[in-house]
Amino acid sequence: MVSYRTPLGRARGLGSAKHGVGHWISERVGAVALIPLTLWGVFGVLRLAAGDYGAAVAWVSDPLNATLMVLLFVISFWHMQSGLRVVIEDYIHVTLNKSALLILNLFVCGLAGALAVFSILKVALGGAV
Amino acid sequence: MSDTTKVPRERPLSPHLSIWRWHITMATSILHRATGVALYVGALIGAAWAISLARGPETYANFKHLLGSPLGKVVMFGLTLSFFYHLANGVRHLVWDIGKGFDLKTANATSIVIFAFAAAASAAVWAIAAMTGAL
Repeated sequence: MVSYRTPLGRARGLGSAKHGVGHWISERVGAVALIPLTLWGVFGVLRLAAGDYGAAVAWVSDPLNATLMVLLFVISFWHMQSGLRVVIEDYIHVTLNKSALLILNLFVCGLAGALAVFSILKVALGGAV
Repeated sequence: MSDTTKVPRERPLSPHLSIWRWHITMATSILHRATGVALYVGALIGAAWAISLARGPETYANFKHLLGSPLGKVVMFGLTLSFFYHLANGVRHLVWDIGKGFDLKTANATSIVIFAFAAAASAAVWAIAAMTGAL
């Protein structure tokens, strides 16, 4: 088969950084985990929306709910970070802007995810009563 | 053979949105990204919910009041649609990833299934919400 790489590209030895597959697979494994988790989350929201503060604290205090909630948040924020990263890489081509947005994306997801997980644990462990 | 003096023609760039006739598969692809970005905002609202709960009854009541307002409900309905769309199309992508469903006829048919599912599931969830007093 004919190689489609340019002579310059071949000479420089540039090409795949050999770790793109890891990103691609982790995004998909996260997606598979999110199918049951988010569907459970929809029923959680329906329940929480119908109740008041006390009902929400009681619901989150259940170990199963607290655990699934933490997993839902962690995997969602991971998946979001991966997804928006690809969007930024596709559309923003100025290196400085791209880097700034990629870092912002990572920090927003990390911070929001950490805050959400800490808050769930605080409520579940009784700190909010 | 003698045009070495000519300025090189502008090379063609990869075709973008403006030159394609709209296909339903193209719409599903673009909407997958758009709903993904919408759900990004939705997850931040989810994190805000968790924080408000941890902060106590007053903050939680304010948060619920905000989401229960007309604007809050519009946002939540949009997120419901985005969620079911992204879920269904995400499953379609996973099926494509294992190499199935790629032919044009199947891809067009599953596009319609995705739209129908998103609409039906959103309607069902909001009907349940109305019946259980969640609105």
